[in-house]
Amino acid sequence: MKKLNILFGFLLGLGLLLGSCTGDLDQMPVTETTSNDVYSQPENYKKVLAKIYASYVLAGQGQGGDNGDLTTINGQDFSRGYFNLQEAATDEVANTWLSGNNLVDLTYINWSSKDSWVSDSYYWLFFNITLCNEFLRNCSDGAIANFSPTEQSEIRAYRSEARFMRAFSYWMVLDLYRKGPQVDENTPVTGFIPEAYDGVGLFDFIENELKSLVAEGSDASLPDTNEYGRASKPTAWALLARLYLNSAVYRGSVDTKYYTECITACHKVISNPSFHLEPDYAKLFNADNHKRTHEILFAMVCDATTSVTWGGGTYLVCGSCGNSSSQDPAKYGLTNGWGMFRARGEIVEKFGDVSNTLDSRAMFYTDGQEQYFSGPIDNQSEGYFFEKFSNLTDDGVAASNSAATGCSTDYPLIRLADVYLMAAEALLRGGSGISRGEALNLVNQVRLRAYNNDESGKISDADLTLDFILDERGRELYLESIRRTDLVRFGKFTSDSYIWQWKGGVLDGRSVNERYNIYPIPDTDLTANPNLSNPLY
Amino acid sequence: MDKAIGNAEIRSWLLGLIISILLIPVSAYAQTQKTVTGTVIDETGEPLIGATVKVVGEPIGASTDFDGHYVLKIPTTAKQLAFSYVGYDNLIVDITSDVIDVTMRPNSEVLDEIVVIGYGVRKKDDLTGSVSTVSEKDFNKGMISSPEELVNGKIAGVQIVNGGGSPTSGSTIRVRGGASLNASNDPLIVLDGVPMEVGGSVSGSGNFLSLINPNDIESMTILKDASSTAIYGSRASNGVIIITTKKGKGDGIKVSFQTTNSLSTKTKTSDMLSTNEFIGIVNELGTDRQKSLLGNSRTNWNDLIYQTAFGTDNNLSVSGRAASWLPFRVSAGAYYQDGILKTDNAKRFTGNLNLTPSFFRDELRFQFSLKGTYSKNRFADTDAIWGGATLNPTIPVYSGNDSFGGYNEAVDANGIPVTGALANALGRLNQYKSTSDVYRVIGNIDVDWSIRWVKGLRLHATGGYDWSKGEGTIVVPKEAVSYYTTGGRNYTYGPQKNYNKLLTLYANYNRDFNAINSNIDITFGYDYQYWKYTTPFYAVLNADGVQQSTSAATDQRHSLISYYGRLNYTFMNRYLLTATVRRDGSSRFSKDNRWGTFPSVALAWRVSQENFFEPLRGWINDLKLRASYGVTGQQDGITNYGYIPVYTPGLDGAQYLFGGNPVYTYRPEAYNPDLKWETTKSWNYGIDLALLENRFTFSADFYTRKTENLLATVPVPAGTNFDKLMLENVGNVDSKGLELALTAHLIDNKDWSWNVTANAAWQRVRIKNLTLTPGAPSPDTEVGPWIDAYQMQVFSTNYAPYSFYLYKQLYDQETGRPIEGLYADLDGDGQITNNDRYHCHSPAPDWILGLSTSLRYKKWTLSTSLRANLGGYIFNGMAMNTGAWETMSYNDYQLNNLNRSFLDTRFQRRQFLSDYYLENASFLKMDNLQLMYDFGQVYKSLNLHVSAMVQNVFTLTKYKGVDPETGNGVDTAVYPRPRTYSVTFGLNF
Repeated sequence: MKKLNILFGFLLGLGLLLGSCTGDLDQMPVTETTSNDVYSQPENYKKVLAKIYASYVLAGQGQGGDNGDLTTINGQDFSRGYFNLQEAATDEVANTWLSGNNLVDLTYINWSSKDSWVSDSYYWLFFNITLCNEFLRNCSDGAIANFSPTEQSEIRAYRSEARFMRAFSYWMVLDLYRKGPQVDENTPVTGFIPEAYDGVGLFDFIENELKSLVAEGSDASLPDTNEYGRASKPTAWALLARLYLNSAVYRGSVDTKYYTECITACHKVISNPSFHLEPDYAKLFNADNHKRTHEILFAMVCDATTSVTWGGGTYLVCGSCGNSSSQDPAKYGLTNGWGMFRARGEIVEKFGDVSNTLDSRAMFYTDGQEQYFSGPIDNQSEGYFFEKFSNLTDDGVAASNSAATGCSTDYPLIRLADVYLMAAEALLRGGSGISRGEALNLVNQVRLRAYNNDESGKISDADLTLDFILDERGRELYLESIRRTDLVRFGKFTSDSYIWQWKGGVLDGRSVNERYNIYPIPDTDLTANPNLSNPLY
Repeated sequence: MDKAIGNAEIRSWLLGLIISILLIPVSAYAQTQKTVTGTVIDETGEPLIGATVKVVGEPIGASTDFDGHYVLKIPTTAKQLAFSYVGYDNLIVDITSDVIDVTMRPNSEVLDEIVVIGYGVRKKDDLTGSVSTVSEKDFNKGMISSPEELVNGKIAGVQIVNGGGSPTSGSTIRVRGGASLNASNDPLIVLDGVPMEVGGSVSGSGNFLSLINPNDIESMTILKDASSTAIYGSRASNGVIIITTKKGKGDGIKVSFQTTNSLSTKTKTSDMLSTNEFIGIVNELGTDRQKSLLGNSRTNWNDLIYQTAFGTDNNLSVSGRAASWLPFRVSAGAYYQDGILKTDNAKRFTGNLNLTPSFFRDELRFQFSLKGTYSKNRFADTDAIWGGATLNPTIPVYSGNDSFGGYNEAVDANGIPVTGALANALGRLNQYKSTSDVYRVIGNIDVDWSIRWVKGLRLHATGGYDWSKGEGTIVVPKEAVSYYTTGGRNYTYGPQKNYNKLLTLYANYNRDFNAINSNIDITFGYDYQYWKYTTPFYAVLNADGVQQSTSAATDQRHSLISYYGRLNYTFMNRYLLTATVRRDGSSRFSKDNRWGTFPSVALAWRVSQENFFEPLRGWINDLKLRASYGVTGQQDGITNYGYIPVYTPGLDGAQYLFGGNPVYTYRPEAYNPDLKWETTKSWNYGIDLALLENRFTFSADFYTRKTENLLATVPVPAGTNFDKLMLENVGNVDSKGLELALTAHLIDNKDWSWNVTANAAWQRVRIKNLTLTPGAPSPDTEVGPWIDAYQMQVFSTNYAPYSFYLYKQLYDQETGRPIEGLYADLDGDGQITNNDRYHCHSPAPDWILGLSTSLRYKKWTLSTSLRANLGGYIFNGMAMNTGAWETMSYNDYQLNNLNRSFLDTRFQRRQFLSDYYLENASFLKMDNLQLMYDFGQVYKSLNLHVSAMVQNVFTLTKYKGVDPETGNGVDTAVYPRPRTYSVTFGLNF
């Protein structure tokens, strides 16, 4: 029995010893950092902010989109989806690989709530919004109280940038979908079903955010100037102008007070001495375009060494160059071309005869190509190739091996020329705060730059009409992911007042149902969030 | 005085009386006794230790010792001796002399009586759950690259699909179809008591099970129902496979050597147009530019990339006793197999040492086991398979100049390779060198101590350690067309190191209580297991050493602590009860969700032991009815830190420029603090039947399973968490099935024997719920492989997982040809939209059948194994992706061959989602056919047997593609499975 007692005692002791091993069940990550650890170091705040900016154009934490951020259908970054949503259906871009890239429905304006690009872009935008919210959640005054005063003021400045980026993303949600879930830094991360914003709700939210970000003398507002790639007050003014200019579309009713506010916002930028138009149009779209801080107010920054992306500027340069026989990729600083899209005849038409125009913005490759389509839209010998974007430096040297690491061309999102044209348009729509002469002057400055100061580029007061503005915006801003917004604002995207080839899926084009002025909320979010719906679809 | 006769005197007097009484029989015996001795050996000549020798009719018996000797004092009137030993036929022998030697023969059915189950063994008669065992003699033979192939087709309800014909590819094992969607569907593998997670394979190893030499395996037991698996708790929902390796036994040294040598050839390739048909079609439909790309050569690309592959597998084992208390087994194996795709190759060297010393007459038993493997693989560039099928058959293989290594490649007018062009298939193979080296060591120590002072109590401890390391290299020369624009490749990755350590402790109490006619068998125990997987940071470099991209370091760890107990109660040897419970705590879940309890209960009734069954016992020697219920869990296949908010740093190349200065980024990961186990509740009902002394055995099982809190990756509301999809506990999956197994020894005599084993399984799985918010409309979550930007399969409520979700193709009434783009408008809205897709079948077969049979005439044996799947469907992705006119030309410099389906469809554009390409994948395959001759004793104690075998003999199917068996239901450029002809020589000393 004694031996038995020893035995049981031994087993009991063993049991107690082993019970203490349960501490081993608290395994913590080794190569990743927990949230608490990240926010305990002030230098990490900048890194989280950098991700907020990067997530428009980089798809992952590894080079070229490796270690992807988001589960997407097409496997691409946000900028490529945004380009497709804003350009594929319009009179500017004719995509080549329709079925292989899931672009059939976008091209023919026939999409549904299951469309892959509609879904991917939606989730990218809300990924960015959640990044901003998470950042704001973790840099409240209480959270950073333990850092030094300089560190604290730096982090407060980051806060304003995060709020700007959230407003910018929400603006794209408003412009594309006209509704979306309501979230901010006070809503929870898990186990929460957000309420829905409608167009007016989104408009008001964005307006309030931007106005507090441009308020003078407030420490919650953006700085007056900032490093290239980051937001500052002028960026916010320009976004406000865009918001106001489209107010009728967003709010569902016209109120000219918004056009006046638009003009006010534009003036804030126009009168800022740091900004003037870049004399050489092509230099806005080459590999050294990060130097054009006098005209590019906000861009997606791409670099073939440090910020490698297959979207952004890389997609514009590589995608424009055909992979057929005659084009030489080296002319654009490329190793090879991808042949992703060509120009529809209508955008070329706006320049008149491109073989002998003085408008330096008419950059098309025409050798062996027909301007208009006679058959299917993906016939690679029909439609000119764009030459606007390139991977050459100012010295004419290729900036990188584009096949290995993409291009170093930044993708501009807001430019000074756009602000000039917005001011003129706001006047024509009934806003006040600018004279007609001043508006005409702004438009002519843009045109003189395009014509390299040749006077034949100027227009007269009689030419300054809304239809002219729409065409001028096409000439100035083509391929810059703003065309659909402009066509919707002018009521021409779905209606029969402007028909272009292959609109609506037929060669000669036709009008489409006006529900296609907005994109639907993707099916997967309708299931996850019953507060959302697509009444028009 | 009476007291003078003291107590002591009385005691000694009594003692004397007792002794005298006791001595009476002795003295009586002494008068009429004799001594009988002898040796008991088995059919191979080995002594049987511990055999029981009894005098018939008398309570006198003895056991044989280590040499098989026994000594018995028996009365002279005794007539017969009875010899018995577990697993052997009882023997009654007349006592004709003082020395009686006997040879006992095994009862081969009864040898299987002992079955290994979780944490112990059990007699087959006493099993209450659904358990199947396959032992060495029933394994599939031939060139076996990995252990799971040994039992393919042998067990009802177990489906093994290999990843393709490459010797480096792994297999997927499914027991009863798997209970999960996103969590792993792989069963738990327990190797000599050490549980291993299939997901823990090291990079470059292809298949982690392949690092275990199949020749060292003695038996594989599959636990299928909840009652038998619940003892493994949180990892048991998909079944458990227990692998037992061979140990030393018997006396003397036994040496065994086996060598198998084989040649493999390809069987079928994609059905593309013949060269003349291709030329005809291009001339008929092509543009002038395309016609100009036709050449004058006749190149059969498939002939160029495939070869007749040689393979050899050699195994040497030595087993016996180093000392009387130390049985051992040492084995070594060398395996080499080329793939039928050129440059594909796998080599494996294994060593295995097993020592099973036992002391104090088996009271204290140890087992030391050490398994080591070194495996060297070369992975062929399987993209060449696509090229082999689609490259232009009219162009030559070599260009005649030195560019790109001499291979004929598509170049544009500037002499650079055309973007997105198809590379020369032979060049792809020869200019790509991807090799890997994998090392693995698995060691374990078992201690089993039967406590002398408490009868029936046994303590057991197991310590296990599994370490593996893998690293590889990729080299592509600069002039190769792949990576031409970036200057080739030359880099190493790894070493990736995985290790896991285990401690198991349990106590087992097993005792007969004759007073209550019962047997009680209780086990309770504790498990601790810890895993660590690390990969270092590595950079992808080109041939000049310039960095192209980087891959971050990873370090993943998790641990599991469990307590478990089991009670087996047998009453009157015919009413059986099993109850188990296991409590698991896993580091993968937060403290609130960490612990789970998994109980199970099972009942069985051995009807054949009942008294009323007596008249039938001549026919039916065993009839058992079983029922069980259990709860098991699943937590494998999910991330280790999924409940913790975590940030991932960005690497070089994924920074952002602020004012021209690069800044590294930090990204929050989606996390779910409420993550917990997936739970499966299952019922199993079974019947086991044995006829004519186990000449025919039959068993049937019917099961139903409900999985709740399904770990599924589902959409979360946008704007909340940090990804579109997240792993949540959401949804239910229900499944049910029927399994039938039959073994028949049709003929069994000296010259002839004929056995047949057959099994059939029917199963049906349905997703019941997949939404986070109850009452929300069910999403059709697209899943499965991508072809371009399309997926053909979905998870939808009330349908099988991975159901196909396609458009219904409409056909021309007269010609019967499909009309391009014309699909049935199933929702009647006048337009063809995504809502017109419908659920059509799934890849899972309704019925899985297996049949093995073996026929022996004297020394010749002919055996074969067949398998059939009925009712599964497959999407012919290869035909879809190469059967449309647009696929003939993707650029201005190349033509691609077309699939033969083009002649029927004449599609201009690829119809990614047409159900025209959905085909019935039912098949009947003959897995192997073997003819063996047993020379028997050739020279002194040397035995020899020789066999010739064909594997993958034939496939009967209506499917037009290469192979109807794919893992996931979509066929895209699959590596064809070879037909292998092999010859085996086996020598035993």
